Amino acid sequence: MKLIQELWESLAEALIGLGAVVRFLLRLVAASPRALLRLDLISQQIYNAGALSLVIIMLSGLFVGMVLGLQGFQLLQRFGSEEALGTAATIGLVKELGPVVTALLFAGRAGTALASELGLMRATDQLSAMEMMAVDPIRRVVVPRFLGGVIAMPLLAAIFSVIGIYGAQLVGVQIMGVDAGSFWSQMRGAVGLHDIYEGIAKSFIFGVTCSLIAVYQGYYALPTAEGVGRATTRTVVTSAVFILFLDYLITAAFL
Amino acid sequence: MRKSRTLDLGTGTFMLLGFAALFFLTTQTTSRGISLASPPHYDLTAKFDNIGDLKVGAPVSMSGVEMGRVTKITFDSREYKAVVTMRFDARYNQIPTDSDAAIYTQGLLGGKFIGLTAGGADTYLKDKDQIDFTQSAFVLENLIGQVLANFTKSAGQSDSGKSKADAPAQPTPKTTEKTK
Repeated sequence: MKLIQELWESLAEALIGLGAVVRFLLRLVAASPRALLRLDLISQQIYNAGALSLVIIMLSGLFVGMVLGLQGFQLLQRFGSEEALGTAATIGLVKELGPVVTALLFAGRAGTALASELGLMRATDQLSAMEMMAVDPIRRVVVPRFLGGVIAMPLLAAIFSVIGIYGAQLVGVQIMGVDAGSFWSQMRGAVGLHDIYEGIAKSFIFGVTCSLIAVYQGYYALPTAEGVGRATTRTVVTSAVFILFLDYLITAAFL
Repeated sequence: MRKSRTLDLGTGTFMLLGFAALFFLTTQTTSRGISLASPPHYDLTAKFDNIGDLKVGAPVSMSGVEMGRVTKITFDSREYKAVVTMRFDARYNQIPTDSDAAIYTQGLLGGKFIGLTAGGADTYLKDKDQIDFTQSAFVLENLIGQVLANFTKSAGQSDSGKSKADAPAQPTPKTTEKTK
């Protein structure tokens, strides 16, 4: 009996948490038009979330692409169709690996930075101080960080995919000896614009999810050192789970 | 001031890279691509009974050397044939007029490509000309169908007590009738 009650309570807690996140998202969206007037704040957050993540994204993209080149070549060789490597690598990167791996890295690199920054602002009463000065912390602090993440994420995913394709080309064509013309022509024949759109849509949705979870966890962190740490951890864990879950949903919707 | 300049530079570089990547994905990896520089070229057409799964962008080669690409595939509704337009690099402008074009497969599951075999004519194909001699794509199902049909025929004959020596002559029944 007690077990059922505990289960029910934890379920209710999860639902309350989900509802609070959605309400927070609506608040952010409502405050967005006004926050767009301060473009300098947003561009600074694009720098924090995007430009500072460039190196890790490009390195990861290169290695993921090179591994795809190796594995794809090994697999396709069994069927005697190594020329399809370009198609396989591009579709894999643009539709799946690009958005998902970028989002996971983004949650780890930019999401944690956002959550701990906001959590520390909360712990040191900076957010309350803003409220005292009649400055809306949501509009001044949270929304620019959210929008910066949303804008940066699709661009990062696109950069990841392009570097990955060149990584696959490097291994497949330069090392394994697939014909460069077939690599690119089969890719162009098989990849359609809808594949690219699917990748962009995915990375955009992941950008919203990651940024939202990060700013929510940071904004509502307990104002203690432990609370900030926990908010950072939760950001990564929740983001990762939601990214993979949403990835399945979006893929199924686009089929 | 110095700090905001480096910050703007970083943001600008990032945005530029991001949009360049998006542009690359939409134009260079898809068939809707804009070719950034088009070298001198000329177009030839060929009509095929069946092109299989030949796609726009497939290579056109002679002796294994790539000379051009398929740029357009249309349907001729009078002759019920597929019209394939190929764009050739202007360097390869000495293709004899009686050359023939056939559709081959790269590997077992690979895409289709067009292979040209040079003819012996002294005149060369020019822009907008048509290659008259063509050979359709090799359709695996048709071949399997033929083999199966032959197989069942010869199996039926051997069951009905005929000698097996007749079986190899099956593909050309007319000639066997005449000799009899």
